[in-house]
Amino acid sequence: MKKFISGNEAVVEGALIAGCTFYAGYPITPSSEIASHLSVRLPQIGGKFIQMEDEIGSLAACIGASLCGHKVMTATSGPGLSLMLENVGMAIMAEVPCVIVDVQRGGPSTGLATKVGQGDMQQVRWGSHGGYPIIAMTPSTIEEVVKFTIEAFNLAEIYRVPVFVMTDKVIAQLREDVDLDSLQNYPITNRKIAGSSEEFLPYRAETVTDVPAMSPFGGPHLVRASSTTHDQHGRPTSDPEKIAFKNERLFRKIQDNSDSICQYQSDLMPEAEALVVSFGISARSSLQAVAEARAAGKKVNFLKLLTFWPFPDKAVQDAARGVKKVIVPELNWGQAAVEVERVLGSQIDVIRINKTNGLIIQPEEILEKL
Amino acid sequence: MARPPIDYLYYLRAEKLPHMWCPGCGIGILVKSIIGAVDELGWDKNDIAFVSGIGCTSRAPGYMDMNTLHTTHGRALSFATGIKMVRPEKHVIVISGDGDATAIGGNHFIHAARRNIDITMIINNNNIYGMTGGQFSPTTPYGARAATSPHGNIDPAFDLVELAKGAGASFVARGSVDNARMLQKFVKDGLAHHGFSCIEALTNCHTQFGRRNKMSDPIKMIDWIADKTVSINKAKRMEAAELEGKILTGVFHNDPDKLEYTDSYAQMVERVQAKKAK
Repeated sequence: MKKFISGNEAVVEGALIAGCTFYAGYPITPSSEIASHLSVRLPQIGGKFIQMEDEIGSLAACIGASLCGHKVMTATSGPGLSLMLENVGMAIMAEVPCVIVDVQRGGPSTGLATKVGQGDMQQVRWGSHGGYPIIAMTPSTIEEVVKFTIEAFNLAEIYRVPVFVMTDKVIAQLREDVDLDSLQNYPITNRKIAGSSEEFLPYRAETVTDVPAMSPFGGPHLVRASSTTHDQHGRPTSDPEKIAFKNERLFRKIQDNSDSICQYQSDLMPEAEALVVSFGISARSSLQAVAEARAAGKKVNFLKLLTFWPFPDKAVQDAARGVKKVIVPELNWGQAAVEVERVLGSQIDVIRINKTNGLIIQPEEILEKL
Repeated sequence: MARPPIDYLYYLRAEKLPHMWCPGCGIGILVKSIIGAVDELGWDKNDIAFVSGIGCTSRAPGYMDMNTLHTTHGRALSFATGIKMVRPEKHVIVISGDGDATAIGGNHFIHAARRNIDITMIINNNNIYGMTGGQFSPTTPYGARAATSPHGNIDPAFDLVELAKGAGASFVARGSVDNARMLQKFVKDGLAHHGFSCIEALTNCHTQFGRRNKMSDPIKMIDWIADKTVSINKAKRMEAAELEGKILTGVFHNDPDKLEYTDSYAQMVERVQAKKAK
């Protein structure tokens, strides 16, 4: 049976299908319905919901619960994300699976609390100090919000990392029909758990792409987790060889698997002259513009990014092959465009459509550039 | 019958020793009192999650052979809250310095206390930021010198006992390293307490605080702590003038009946599920 649900409700449905049993969060517009719904649903299934004192504490509590073996999530918007970034780094370093939903609004600062934006795309990539790769999903339909919330949990579990689901104010409140019954059987992945009889090292890894098996706090092993750069025992280390191994592994466990992580929809046509690359709410405007351009006889490729990080370089290259211009519509000052330019170099003209007035991009605004 | 001597090494990661604290540091006395308290309670060390943030004090879990989580500056209680929420049957201990607990972590501290979640917060109050080089903290006494108060500290200090009590902690005690036996008793009672317990330990940082305040060796500083502290029982028999400038030690608050947070959550889940079953 189909259900007519909003983007924020879709996050909740996806999280519950994925097996989320813990949510910690702090109220912020336009993400708050996610917390409200989970405060109803989680106690019903014996899960844990806690409203923390701020976003810093929210992600911290999530990390604590995840280390005990739970699937965890928090949701926020730009100002809250800024506070969370400290513990995004913690989750990266301690290698703790967690899902962070960022319902983007207009910025900077308090900005436009009730209006749409897509200005956090580079912040999630680079926001926490020290440098690390990140995974971020950008669904643009309500069904995709459900699916990619589940995917976010799966990827968090596989790679022991924080994974972002990037929606926005419009998608959060937009309603569409979703067949939730069929999504109940969506494939779920759980973290690798160390055998109870084996000698346990919290960060056991043979190669630089290994993801160590976990053992929950309170389980059969003594567990050490640390924000400090550590060896395989979880002990602080100043040995350059061990530091290099850890840091390279944090990087390469994602980087080397980019191809399997990246998801996108590529709608290409022969002898296309232009390409539109977009994501999230702006991909919906783009889709309409591309359809209208094609109806008018224009040959246009369309690439919708469902994984924004790692950035799908190869998909962009393939979609841009032979075209004369690439149009990148987004609700910020070019956060996807800089990536497209990086991938394509200076061979192709990249046209930016940037809107930061709190409104979505109209298809006509894209159409006139095609 | 006398208790057998405590096998301290059983609770420590011997391979991590010697520790990084300065010779004579008060943290050693505090850690010893924690091990002693855990041993007296007969807890299985596997059932303990020992969580810390950043600072000299927060290095303690690194030496403990327990489930340990070394986190970000000031946030230990929030991580501990996540652990306790999903593992209410386990013992969750947080150790924190005065800066970690009450400056950067002040918000998490008052809210963990307000929830009365069953976590034991042990604050090593040495009145200074040690690791970063001796800057004044929220508990540095008025007028004291620090790396960032070279002309004497003008910031008023927190009273951690009043702060914990006011925020809602259901067990609040203050001990000091000059009386290790009493400190161990407070830690033990705090650990055994069901609810948020806060134990402040007055300790010496002769390296960063003492050197700048004419107490550069540990004995001098421990004497200073002994001289300025008075137990609440003894204080009852003293005149107000005698108590001027003294810091009281003892158990200031103990309410074992106050509703604990994870119990409260479990009750709520029970109500919700009973309603749903109808």
